[in-house]
Amino acid sequence: MPDLAQLGLYIFLLPLMGAVLLLFVGRRLDQFAGVLASSAVGLSFLLALMGWTRLLGQPAHGEGENLRSASIRVLDWIHVGRFDFGFDLLVDQLSIVMVLVVTGVGTLIHVYSIAYMAKDPRYHRYFAYLNLFVASMLLLVLADNLLLLYVGWEGVGLCSYLLIGFWFEKRPAHNAAKKAFIVNRIGDFAFLLGIFVLAGAVGSLTVGEINEAAGAMTAGIATIAGLLLFAGATGKSAQIPLYVWLPDAMEGPTPVSALIHAATMVTAGVYVVARFSPVFDQSEGALAVIGWIGALTALWAALMAAFEYDIKRVLAYSTISQLGYMFLAHGVGAYSVGIFHLVTHAFFKALMFLGAGAVMHALAGEVDMRRMGGLRKVLPVTGTTFAAGWLAICGLIPFSGFFSKDAILASAWANGDYALWTIGVATAFLTAYYMSRLYFRVFEGDPVVPDDAHPHDAPPAMAGPLIALAGAAVIGGLINLPGALTLEHFLEPVLGESHVPAGLTPWVLAGVALLVAAGGILVARSLYLLPGGEQRRARLYSIAPVLVEAARAKFYVDDIYGALVVRPAKALARAITDFFDVRVVDRGITGLGRVVAGASEVLRGLQTGYVRNYALAFLFGVVLLFSFVAVRVVT
Amino acid sequence: MSIPPGYYLALAGLMFTIGVIGVLVRRNAIVIFMFVELMLNAVNLILVTFARMRGALDGQVVVFFVLVVAAAEVVVGLAIILMISRRRGTANVDDISLLRW
Repeated sequence: MPDLAQLGLYIFLLPLMGAVLLLFVGRRLDQFAGVLASSAVGLSFLLALMGWTRLLGQPAHGEGENLRSASIRVLDWIHVGRFDFGFDLLVDQLSIVMVLVVTGVGTLIHVYSIAYMAKDPRYHRYFAYLNLFVASMLLLVLADNLLLLYVGWEGVGLCSYLLIGFWFEKRPAHNAAKKAFIVNRIGDFAFLLGIFVLAGAVGSLTVGEINEAAGAMTAGIATIAGLLLFAGATGKSAQIPLYVWLPDAMEGPTPVSALIHAATMVTAGVYVVARFSPVFDQSEGALAVIGWIGALTALWAALMAAFEYDIKRVLAYSTISQLGYMFLAHGVGAYSVGIFHLVTHAFFKALMFLGAGAVMHALAGEVDMRRMGGLRKVLPVTGTTFAAGWLAICGLIPFSGFFSKDAILASAWANGDYALWTIGVATAFLTAYYMSRLYFRVFEGDPVVPDDAHPHDAPPAMAGPLIALAGAAVIGGLINLPGALTLEHFLEPVLGESHVPAGLTPWVLAGVALLVAAGGILVARSLYLLPGGEQRRARLYSIAPVLVEAARAKFYVDDIYGALVVRPAKALARAITDFFDVRVVDRGITGLGRVVAGASEVLRGLQTGYVRNYALAFLFGVVLLFSFVAVRVVT
Repeated sequence: MSIPPGYYLALAGLMFTIGVIGVLVRRNAIVIFMFVELMLNAVNLILVTFARMRGALDGQVVVFFVLVVAAAEVVVGLAIILMISRRRGTANVDDISLLRW
């Protein structure tokens, strides 16, 4: 039997091998490629379950240190001076939770893709990328040192590029892929600087040593390192100011969106902040920045979601917003609550993305919700499972979103951050509103389908994952139900305790959250479902037409970035090409060629082709040499 | 009565000079080839002469090497010349100057 850390290695290797296999011989596997990829990730999931039960089987605390953790040195990697980086994997409570989410949700998405991508000509390549994506994410969450984590971090970025641009024949798709990659690179650079700062301050990059040394760090160092790491997280996890790539990433195949939004990629930033929580704990400033950025992102993205008509983009903004909640939780020091929300969000967001995919599948690729309606009657499985996701994200009891969102708001309150709490509640209202808007428009009311579509409900390979995720979205909140075996309690040795307000307060807070969610749903119902909604909408929008206009234009952020960053960068590049490339490099090369050609023009006269000339030259040479030797000998 | 070694050396020098001049002025590849052989034999003569003057055998041994190498060279050289003359109907070295630029 492999020990715990070896299990971690196998969990990572399975999808990686799947990816390698599919890249090299995938074409020959044909339709079997999807099954192979799914079973690679599925096996990983089973191994992760094994690891999890084994962790549970060990005592949690022993002499002050975390017993439920194991690390393994797979390979030596870099040995420089006092630095010693290895290919080290770490399995502990936090990484096993992440691994379970990544492989669990990942498996379902793989299975779903078998049906969804069945007719694609690059079927095997799609699954190779998907497996590589999962493998990179697993490396990221299992890495025991920051450098290895960074490898996974970049791997995730690369795979997102490949998958968002999977249909690269479409111009928007490859533009979106480039945008995602470049925006992420900005964050990655800050992340790398953060790694350097930590390496300089701690002298080691292993997770354990950094977190141990964090207690002795000065607030200044901790703030710098923390903010740099968080800047990296804003790129990967799509927070202000680097969230702009995520809505565009909807150009990729829908299961990819589900994978990016639920299991891999965007959760990376949330994970990293939690993983190095002792460092962040050391700096009040960094935590405040994280909390505020998270809260503002949550609100900002929710506002944009409320005015979007593309169902996938609504879900994308919703992801940004929910990630904001997770960072809000981190910012108030409730790391385990942030991870809890990450888990529940993975369930319901993957569910809704796959549901949106099923809708597109049924309606010949339609994404504009204005051209849909009443689809629950046409697509009963999709509609019903989507409803579960909708209720979960709205935060209605007893769906999973209620527990995690409520825990975040309660933590903010307990930490005394009433302003953050208020923003969180406002976002909860907006979340309930925009998700209900989407749900009512698409699934309720009178059936509306585009003329050229022949709606058909999800085939079994798609319906299965939908139903499984719907189940998880409904009961997923129970993993943190107060009691002995709660997620927070499980994560405590790694992430520390989280505080809940005492007495009656949590009940009041939960009540407020519920009321707000119900309010959001009712408002959406009156604006979109009940007769006369159109007029009420117009009246509401006329209160602040400027705001509505701005939200519809995504608050002009893309235009501002375009004017401030993209266009100057392009102009600079153009100037450099025109001057340096054309004048210096090109002319230098041409000039060199001319010199050589000219020299050969002159020198080739020496080659007459007559043997006699060569023989004569040879003779002269010999005579010269001999006379030289003769002179030397005589004198 | 023996011939003084100086005569041998003079003869060898003469032969070598004739060989050099022949290689430089003649055009027929086969004739050039024969002049090369003449030079080689001049050298052989010198080697043998010096060996005798020193009363040692090593010079004569070297001659054997020269002979072997010369034989090999003749084989290769003649084969090349034969092929050229078959293809082009001439063994005139001045006509064979295609390999320059």
